[in-house]
Amino acid sequence: MSRRPSILTLLGDRGGAVFVGVLLAAAVVVPVLNLAVPPSSPFHVPTHTVVLVGKWLTYALLAVALDLVWGYCGILSLGHGAFFALGGYAMGMYLMRQIGPRGVYAHPVLPDFMVFLNWRELPVAWWGFQHFPYAMLMALAVPGLLAFCLGWFAFRSRVTGVYLSIITQAMTYALMLGFFRNNFGFGGNNGLTDFKDILGFSIQAPGTRAALFAVSALALASGFLIARAIVTSKLGKVLVAIRDAESRTRFLGYKVEHYKLFVFVVSAMMAGLAGALYVPQVGIINPSEFAPANSIEAVIWVAVGGRGTLTGAALGAILVNAAKSWFTGVLPELWLFALGALFVLTTLFLPKGLVGTLLGFWPRRWARSHKPGLSASVAQPAE
Amino acid sequence: MQDLRITPALLYLDGVSVAFDGFKAINNLSLTLDPGEMRAIIGPNGAGKTTMMDIITGKTRPDEGRVIFQGAHDLTTLDEADIATLGIGRKFQKPTVFESHTVEDNVLLALKGARGVVANLFHTLSGAERDRLDEILALVKLIERRYELAAHLSHGQKQWLEIGMLLAQDPALLLVDEPVAGMTDAETAETAELLRRINATHSVIVVEHDMAFVRDLGVKVTVLHEGSVLAEGSLDQVSANERVVEVYLGR
Ligand SMILES: Nc1ncnc2c1ncn2[C@@H]1O[C@H](COP(=O)(O)OP(=O)(O)OP(=O)(O)O)[C@@H](O)[C@H]1O
Ligand SMILES: [Mg+2]
Repeated sequence: MSRRPSILTLLGDRGGAVFVGVLLAAAVVVPVLNLAVPPSSPFHVPTHTVVLVGKWLTYALLAVALDLVWGYCGILSLGHGAFFALGGYAMGMYLMRQIGPRGVYAHPVLPDFMVFLNWRELPVAWWGFQHFPYAMLMALAVPGLLAFCLGWFAFRSRVTGVYLSIITQAMTYALMLGFFRNNFGFGGNNGLTDFKDILGFSIQAPGTRAALFAVSALALASGFLIARAIVTSKLGKVLVAIRDAESRTRFLGYKVEHYKLFVFVVSAMMAGLAGALYVPQVGIINPSEFAPANSIEAVIWVAVGGRGTLTGAALGAILVNAAKSWFTGVLPELWLFALGALFVLTTLFLPKGLVGTLLGFWPRRWARSHKPGLSASVAQPAE
Repeated sequence: MQDLRITPALLYLDGVSVAFDGFKAINNLSLTLDPGEMRAIIGPNGAGKTTMMDIITGKTRPDEGRVIFQGAHDLTTLDEADIATLGIGRKFQKPTVFESHTVEDNVLLALKGARGVVANLFHTLSGAERDRLDEILALVKLIERRYELAAHLSHGQKQWLEIGMLLAQDPALLLVDEPVAGMTDAETAETAELLRRINATHSVIVVEHDMAFVRDLGVKVTVLHEGSVLAEGSLDQVSANERVVEVYLGR
């Protein structure tokens, strides 16, 4: 416990190490199998699979972000989809501006929808988005700032539990209504689409898609390590203390609102990054990404995988979305019922989620180091 | 240099009242605690003992009155975290420990030190902190169970863990609400001994119904009734008070 968190203590346990290892391997192996192995080979990974799994990886990053606030600090956000979508819009705006004169109306600067609306000049909100670093900064800063403002008021006024959940849900709903409006300036109903290239590479090219996959895998690994660093620090113990006995934590002298604000903002930025990586892979961002149902789905991923485990949240996102892909291929109209049933069954029979339950069966030593809030020193008491 | 303090008392409650839905739980309560003093508070159920602690620690805002700490701070204007940082620690009537943390981490979280977000993100346990943890865990007899989850402790052990957390905070003033509820006679005697030892270096207010325990402490007693002070003095003095016998002791 006295050691600074090295990369090894952050991996912390076999589960985390395997998780990061698999992601790093996938970041290399999947692009190779996609690009270098001929389609005739049984080892070839088709591009549509790369794109599909790449999308799941961004969902997994969103789930890790959500687990950080919900699993460790008890803040049940029903609006994390908004942070994800805002990050997505920041990326979408960059991609729109890359189209340049190649749009249908061939305007040198204005995206097609603005020309269509007879706008004469670029709205201020769009300035600077032709620069990739600026757009990426915004993908983090805008969700972070929104989380800061919302958290500042909510946490200071000690809004907790279901009331906080409702506020976050109202936030994403309000944003959805806003973004649906044409005069809001972000493409209205249709959103942003018809992207051409990213950093000079064609967005449709298999090479670009493989690269986006690799970047998503690396982003998920980094997000996991950052979250892990937070929850294994003493600050992480304070978060769990707040989750379990908020007022007790105050009586120890901790400003609970500051801790909540910190973790909420970090989480929102992580969700924003996930959204920014999602958009170039799916090729579109529109206001339906703000739909309250999206945020609720993310909560289900975390619950299914196991809240307060980080790896479980990521696996939950991937598994549920894999199931969704399969289901929507076979019985599309039944997916929502299946999702609901999955949530109910998990809550009833696996309240700790898949990973949480598995850890319960594992050898004690490993399980202990995995439990939220337990210090790394537990796994290695002698030093 | 001129002493700007309003009062030499460590804690001074001045005409404090609070009502819940019209019911006066604390009614014009005044009380003074000297530095280094240990005070026992007794009184019937609903007398307002816990509510008094809620007011001192910032959990409840009084409708009227002031609570002056160390002659300088009006606690009624501060929040829980500020009051804790000033040096007031509290043990709750119902033991509240962090159940999903280990025993050791419970004490670690209470350990005196920086309370800021950044400081705790980069916190590493120093040798001095480690020694202090060992010392406190030994004192409250939980050293064998330090790596176990606090949820697995018995009721009495949770009480002791909470006292250990108080010690870790090292506050100038400890508020201890019914520390021996649910303890065996032997544990009760040990707790009295522990509190006396703590009192050597800290001021203490202890609320308790167990008269044997209060006698064991051997300190000045304040009897609370319907939100105000009914009597004050040694246990023998207040026991001889007719009103006290009538409302409390003689039940
Ligand atoms: N937050 C609150 N809202 C409404 N009523 C309250 C609240 N807190 C305390 N009361 C009432 O104030 C009165 C005093 O309660 P308090 O808990 O301070 O008594 P006590 O002296 O600690 O009693 P006990 O010995 O049973 O612990 C009780 O009648 C209680 O119901
Ligand atoms: Mg009480």
